This record gives sequence, C-alpha cells and structure tokens, in this order.
Amino acid sequence: MHKRISEYIIETCIRLSGLVVIAFVFLIFLFLLKDSLSLFGVYPVNGFLLGIHWLPISEPPKFGIIPLFLGSLYVTFGAILICVPLGIASAMFIAEVAPPSLKHILKSLVEILASIPSVVLGFIGIIWLGPFLKTTFHLTTGMCGLTGSLLLAFMALPTIISISEDALVGVPKSFKEAAYGLGATRWQALWRIILPSASSGIFAGVMLGIGRVIGETMVVMMVTGNSPIIPTSILQPLRTLTATIAGEMGETVSGSEHYFALFAVGLVLFIITFIINFLAELFLQRTRR
Amino acid sequence: MSTARGRQKAAFFILGFATLLVVLPIILTILYIVKNGFSAISWEFIAQSPRNGMRQGGIFPAIVGTIVLIIGTMIFSLPLGILSAIYLVEYAKDNAFTRLIKLSVVNLSGIPSIVYGLFGFTLFVLFLRLGTSILAGALTLSIMSLPVIITATKEALEAVPYSFREISFSLGATRWQTVRYCVLPYAIPGILTGTVLSLSRAAGETAPILFTVAAFYLPRLPRSVFDQVMALPYHLYVISTQVPNMPTSISFATAVVLIALVFLMNLVSILLRAHFRKKKQW
Repeated sequence: MHKRISEYIIETCIRLSGLVVIAFVFLIFLFLLKDSLSLFGVYPVNGFLLGIHWLPISEPPKFGIIPLFLGSLYVTFGAILICVPLGIASAMFIAEVAPPSLKHILKSLVEILASIPSVVLGFIGIIWLGPFLKTTFHLTTGMCGLTGSLLLAFMALPTIISISEDALVGVPKSFKEAAYGLGATRWQALWRIILPSASSGIFAGVMLGIGRVIGETMVVMMVTGNSPIIPTSILQPLRTLTATIAGEMGETVSGSEHYFALFAVGLVLFIITFIINFLAELFLQRTRR
Repeated sequence: MSTARGRQKAAFFILGFATLLVVLPIILTILYIVKNGFSAISWEFIAQSPRNGMRQGGIFPAIVGTIVLIIGTMIFSLPLGILSAIYLVEYAKDNAFTRLIKLSVVNLSGIPSIVYGLFGFTLFVLFLRLGTSILAGALTLSIMSLPVIITATKEALEAVPYSFREISFSLGATRWQTVRYCVLPYAIPGILTGTVLSLSRAAGETAPILFTVAAFYLPRLPRSVFDQVMALPYHLYVISTQVPNMPTSISFATAVVLIALVFLMNLVSILLRAHFRKKKQW
C-alpha cells in the first residue's frame, strides 16, 4: 500500500512537470504582455512600432523602436553574410571531406567555441577586434556594427555547423553510393546529391543560428557603440533591441513609462525569436521524416 | 574526368580553407587570452577580494558567487528537467497536449537571455518579492537551462532499447517501476552529460543575472540565499566597460578563470560520457 502512494505522488509530479514547461512559456509571455500593455495605455502602439526616435529621457520621451530594430537588423544581416557560407562550407568539410581523426579535432574545436561565454568575446571585441578594425579601415570608432557582426557570426557558427553537419551525415548512404555508381566524383555527389537532400536540416541550422544572433546581448552591448539612432551603415555605432534592455533597465524606475517600454521591446524580441524557432522546428521535423 | 577531378580538388580546397577560417580564430582567441592573462593569475588573485575599486586584489567573491549560482541552478532545474523529460518519453500520449509541451521546450530554448533577465526581474525580484538575490538569479538561470536538460534527458531515455521496458512490463512491473529500475539507470550518463553542459552555459551567462542577482562590487561572501553576489561573467563585463583605468591584465586573468571554469565543466561532461560509454553493454 505504501508503495502505491509513493508511486502516485511521483507520477503526479511527472505529469505536473510537463505542465510546468508550458506554464513557463505562458508566464513569460503574460508578464511581458502585461507590462507592454501598461505602456500602450499611455503611449500609442503606432508611435512605438513606427517611431523613428528612441529618446527615453527627453521631455516628452519618445519610444520609437525603429532605430533599435534596424540596429538589430544591420548587425544580424552582417553576421549572416559571414557565418552562413562559412558555417555550411565547414559543415560540408567536416561531414564529407575531413579524415576521421581530423574530423574529431574539428568537432571538438567547434564545441570549444560554443562554450566560450559571450562576455569573453565582447571583451576581445573591446580590447582587440574593435581597435584593429578601426586602424585597418580608418574608422572614426571601432565600436560599431561591423565589430558586432563579426563576433556574432563567430557565436552563431557552432549552431550552424553542428546542425548542418548532422543533416549532411543523416543523408542515407545509398544516395551517395548511387551517385558514385553513376561515375560521380566525391565532390559531385556532395554538391548535387547530399547537399540538396540535407537542405531542410541546414536551413533549420541557419534559422537557429539567426535566432541566436538576434537574441545575443552582451557582445552587442559591449562592442557596437550603444547609439540608438537609425544606422545608415554597418560601420557606424548603433544599438540593438537586446542591448537597449540590458543597458537601460538599471536606470529606469520600476513602473515608469520607460520601464514599460523596455518590456515592450522584450515582447517584440520574444515574438521574433518565437517565429524563428517555430520555423526551424518545422524544417527539422521535415528532415526527421 | 580530369576536369571533374580538378574541380573536386578546387572545391575541397575552398571547403578546407573555410574550415580553417572558422577554426584558426578559435585557437588564436584562446591563446591570446591565456597569454595575456596567465601572468596575472596567482594564488592571491584566486583567493582574495578585489581592492582599490577592483583595480587590485583578486576575484574570490566572484568565483564563489558563480559556483553558488551554478549549484542553485542545478537544484531547481535538474529535478524539473528530468521529470518533464520522463513525462514526454515514458508517459505522454501522442496528442495535441504533448505537442504543445514539445513546442514549449523549443520555444524556451530560443528565448533571448536578456528576456529571461526581464522575466526573472518581474516575476522573482518584484512579484514574488525575492529581491535582487541568489534565489532570484538561480531561478532565472534554471528556467533558461531547462530546455537543454529536457532535450538531453529525452535523448538519453529514448536511447534505452524499448525491449528493456517490454521485459519489465511482462514481469508485471508498473510504469513507474519500469522507469525507475529499467530505464533511468541506463539513461543517467546521458542525463549527467547534458546537465553539466547546460550548467556550464549558465555559468557563463551575464544577461539573465544583470538585474536578478549580480552585484557590481561586493567584496564579501553571501550569508543567505537572499543576498546579492558578484559573478564572474558580470565582473568581467563591469571591469572591461565600467571601470576607468583598469589594468587589462586583471581583465584578461578574469577571462582566463571564467573560461577555465567553463572548460573544466565541459571536460567533466566529456569524461563522464567516455566513462559510461565504456561500461555500456548493449
């Protein structure tokens, strides 16, 4: 009898913990929504979503998200241009070209990169990469979008490489053998058969990498110059959605308009990353089938 | 044929070069940090409190703070993560509710760390009145670590052959007895590996602890779970951006200690995996 009761208790806990996971997502969404709605009670939604000035401490304050959104977009786009081709090419090399011993070393190195804390990369950006770019390209400041893009590309690479590599390795061997049988070289088989077959998995990896770039906070706060104006070039200082929350939260008064505005920025980030991850999951499910 | 061979050579060369472009900066970054930081690392640096506006002395309180946060995160996220994964793999039926849980796990893993910081601040610091404290920070980091632990545990449970469960059921065992005695013992290695990995990531995170626990400068050890603490990643952020005339050797040395801690945890997880893999019998 005693056994039955303890079993009942533990099984209830198991069922509840499944529920808790859903509850967390809803709670996060609700808390962000609640405080965002407090902003929209006193500040127009249009002014927030379409406003081109982010001036939280001017009088009256302006909370236009466009400069921050464009800041995120510039940095993300720059990072994608660098990390997507590099990531897919390395995944192809690791999956199909490298001999087993080298493959092992390369995969470990990518794992090492994945484990470097973002604040350390931000520090490298301040101490070396920023000054280096400044002197190399004769910029007015090294703390700009490009520095952020380079470091973020670096951070997204492990995600893109490991998921793409899984997708490439997961292509049935018979595909490759059939191509060889028809006289294709290893490169022809890789380029024309394996790569297209793995494309949805690779796409999922790219999406998850992009999600990581958009959500990254510390690196962009440390190296992109923190200037909430509409950027006209990636060589200018700018500020992303994430860096705005991290940089301004400490200075706001809880319950003020500015405080609520930062939650509205958080809600926008939540929605963007939700969509990206949802899409990535759809493509991953397609590869599993 | 020879042009096809030539093209293959060129293509493989380009792929190899791209890989080099990825791998070389990783090695150089690590070497650069270690080379510049190693000289400043001493017993005093590890075991003493910062002095003179953090420009001198050590980082002991930040090391302790980070370890306390890792332990706190583990206490909350490990049981919850394992139970959720057991539910998904062993109990859940294939229905809309299960798909919703799975979607939630995917969604949690994609939420930006700073949004976790915001959420932790409103829910734990303000709404539940925990204040800026170890408890609030550890809870925030726990929710962030949850999806990684669930995914790792799920994979570990799914890797246990289905026949183990069938035999247990056929002997009259209940579902829980089956999970407890015939599935979990064989999934422990995978669970541990995933957990240590997710905790190493939590140890390096800065954004979630910015407003929930991290102290700018607090050269003493925490006395209760309601205290603030310094933490290594936040400390590195502070001394590299907020403190003027900071000797860079101290920043580098702090980075070395942070990386060493994270790598050590990764190494533990790799060794665990290797150790258990050798003992695997099916």
